[in-house]
Amino acid sequence: MPIVNQPVYIRSTACISPQRGEPDYRALLDPKLIRRMSRIIRMGAAAALTCLREAGVAAPDAIVTGTAYGCLEDTGRFLNSMIERNEELLQPASFIQSTHNTVGAQIALLLQCTGYNNTFVHRGFSFESALLDAALLLADEEAATVLVGGIDEITGTSYALLSRFGLYRHAIAGEGAAFFLLTARPSTYDYARLDGVHTFYKPSTDEEVRQELISLLQSNDLAPENIDVVITGNNGDEQGDRVYREIVGSLFPGKVNLTYKQLSGEYPTSASCGLWMAAHQVQSGVGRVLLYNHYLGIYHSVYLLSHVAK
Amino acid sequence: MTKGSPVAVAGVGIISAIGNNVRECLSALENGQAGMDDIAWLDTVYRRKIPVAEVKASNSRLEELAGVGQHIDGPAGGRAGLVSRTALLSLIAAREALDNAAIPELDHWRTGIVSANTVGGMDRTEAFFSRGPRGRLRQVVQHECGYSTEWVADRLGIRHYQTTISTACSSSANAIGFGAKLIRHGILDVVVAGGTDALTKFTLNGFNALMILDSAWCKPFDGERQGLNLGEGAGYLVLVSDAVAATLSARSECVLSGYANANDAYHQTASSPDGRGSWLAMKTALERSGLQPADIDYINLHGTGTQNNDLAEGTAIRRLFEPRYPKMSSTKSFTGHTLGASGGIEAVFSVLAVWHGFVYPNLRFHTPMPELPFVPEIEFIRDVPIRHVMSNSFGFGGNCSSLVFSKCQS
Repeated sequence: MPIVNQPVYIRSTACISPQRGEPDYRALLDPKLIRRMSRIIRMGAAAALTCLREAGVAAPDAIVTGTAYGCLEDTGRFLNSMIERNEELLQPASFIQSTHNTVGAQIALLLQCTGYNNTFVHRGFSFESALLDAALLLADEEAATVLVGGIDEITGTSYALLSRFGLYRHAIAGEGAAFFLLTARPSTYDYARLDGVHTFYKPSTDEEVRQELISLLQSNDLAPENIDVVITGNNGDEQGDRVYREIVGSLFPGKVNLTYKQLSGEYPTSASCGLWMAAHQVQSGVGRVLLYNHYLGIYHSVYLLSHVAK
Repeated sequence: MTKGSPVAVAGVGIISAIGNNVRECLSALENGQAGMDDIAWLDTVYRRKIPVAEVKASNSRLEELAGVGQHIDGPAGGRAGLVSRTALLSLIAAREALDNAAIPELDHWRTGIVSANTVGGMDRTEAFFSRGPRGRLRQVVQHECGYSTEWVADRLGIRHYQTTISTACSSSANAIGFGAKLIRHGILDVVVAGGTDALTKFTLNGFNALMILDSAWCKPFDGERQGLNLGEGAGYLVLVSDAVAATLSARSECVLSGYANANDAYHQTASSPDGRGSWLAMKTALERSGLQPADIDYINLHGTGTQNNDLAEGTAIRRLFEPRYPKMSSTKSFTGHTLGASGGIEAVFSVLAVWHGFVYPNLRFHTPMPELPFVPEIEFIRDVPIRHVMSNSFGFGGNCSSLVFSKCQS
C-alpha cells in the first residue's frame, strides 16, 4: 500500500532514543512543566521542539503523531491507584494526561498552534498512518509544513507484560520519539527528499516482501543497484532478522547495510527512529537510502529517501 | 475526485444506550426515550450512585448480536467471553453500516476501515489487573487501541487498509474526515469510518475525579446544567467513491461536504472561554463545504452538559452564526457522552437527519443559558427540509472537529 507516493521534503528531524540518552530538557522546556510531564510527553515535546528549532519554524501548520501504546505511565498510574483505592479519592492528573493525543496536544499548547492536530494509534503502523495523513495534508495544500512524529514509551509494567509475551527474549526493549518537519516544496536546508513509503501487512513469503520493495523502487524508476545504503530494522531476534538478511542478500548484495535498533531498541513506532537515521545518512552525502523495517513480522514498511540537488 | 469534493455516504450503523441498531435508536429519538439508567453491567462501586448510558446488553448478548460463535479465532484466546466490549460494539455497528450500504460485489473494490476509540480494550485490561500482576495475558492482549480495528476488519473481510485514530472525544469525527480523504485521493473505494468505546471503570473514575459528572441525568445547554453522563456505543458510516455510489440500487442522498480539524491550544482538558478551537473547526468546515452559516439547517451539538463545554461551544456558535441561528440539539441527552464513539454516533444521527428530514430534541431543557441568545430544540421535528447539518466533536487536548453533511444536489 503506497503511503507516500508524491515526494515530500524532510526539512529537519530530531530523535530521542535510549542509547543517545535523554537531552537536557531544561534547555527546551519550563522546569515546572517538565515536572508535570510523564516521560513520553517530555520526550515527544523535546524532540518536536528541537526539530522545529532546527528548521527555524516557530509553529507548523499541522501536527500529526503516531503512538501504539500512548501514555502508558499515566494510564498505569491511574489504573493502579483506582484498584488500590477501590475507586475512591482519586486525583485526576494522571487520567488527564493518559489520553493518546496528549503528546500532540501538549506540543500544540506549547506552540499555541491552533492548526490541524491528529493522533494515530494503529499498533505497528501508527507512525506510518501519521505519515500518510501528513502526505495528504501537503498534497491538498491544507498545510505547507507538517510536524509528524512517532512516540512510544516503555514502563515497568509494559516491560514485564511484553516480556511475558516473549517479545524481549532476544530483542532489546525500546522506546523513543522521532519528529520530522515535512514540506511539499524543497528549500535550501532539507535533510532529504522522502520519495516514497509503502506499508504491507503480514506478508506470507520473502518473495512478497521482495516484490513490495521492488515495486516502491520501480514507481520511482529505480532498481536495487541505484540504492547506496540499506537500513534495516534488525533487533537481534534470529527469527525476525532472517528476512532482513534474505532481502539484503538477494536484492542489495555488497551494499552498505546499517541497522538502528542498537540505538532505539524495539518498539512499535521504531521505524521513525530508522527514518531519522536515514535522513541523516542522506544529509551526510549518501545519494539514496532505502529503509526496511518490520514489527513482529506483521507490520512491514519500506522508505525511499534521496539527496536533494541544491 | 478533487480536493474538497464531497464524498457520498452509502450506509450507517449504530449501537448505543437507546438501541442496538438504527431502527431502535430512531424510535427512541422520536419517542424521547433517553438511555440513562443505574449502572447494570459495569462492575464498579458507583452502581446506583452515578447514572450512565450503557448499551442494554451483557457481553454474551453482544457476542450474539455480533454473530461471533463460541469459538472466536484470533488472539483473544479462542473463546467467547474474552473479547473486549469495545470490539463487540464496533463489529455490530460496522456490520450494520455495511449491510445498510448494500454495495454490490463489495469484494471488487478496495476497502478500508478507519476506526477510533479512546481506551481500546481497557475493560479487559481492568480485568487483567484486578487479578494482580500474574493475570491472564489473553485479557491484556486487547489493550491497544488498534486491536479492535484489526479484529473487526478481519471479521468483515476489509482487506486493503486499516487504521485507528485517538483524539479523545473528537476521535471518530477525525476518523470520518480521514476516511473521506482516502476516498478523495483515490486510495480506497469504500471506507467504513467511525468509532467505538465501551464504558469502563477507568473512564468513569477519571471523569468522576475531574468532577464533571452529573449525579442526575444530564441537561446539555441548560442554564442549570451540572455535568455530563458517560455512555458507550459505536457508530459508523460507509463512505464511497463516485464510482461505487453509481452502482448502488438506492442512490444515497447524503454526502460529507466539509470537515475541519483545529486545536484550541488552551488547556489539556478545558476549552477556552470563547471556544476559539470550536469556532475555527466550524468556520473552516463551512468554508470547505462552500457554505455560508445561514445554509446550515441543524447543528448536532457536542453539548456534553458540562459548564465549560456548553459555554465555549455556545459562544463560538454565537460568533459564527449571529444573528440567524439554525436549529440545534445535543443527542448526548439520549446517548450520554460516548467519548471516542460520539463523533461516529452523532454523524449517524446527522446523516439520518439529512435522509429523513428530522431534527432531534434536546431532552430535559428548561432554563436558557443567560450567556446565549438561542435555545436548543425540545421537540422531535419531522418533515423539515434539511439541506445541511453540522456535527461538532470537541475533546481533551483541545482537539476540535466539525463535519458538514449535505443533501445531494439533484
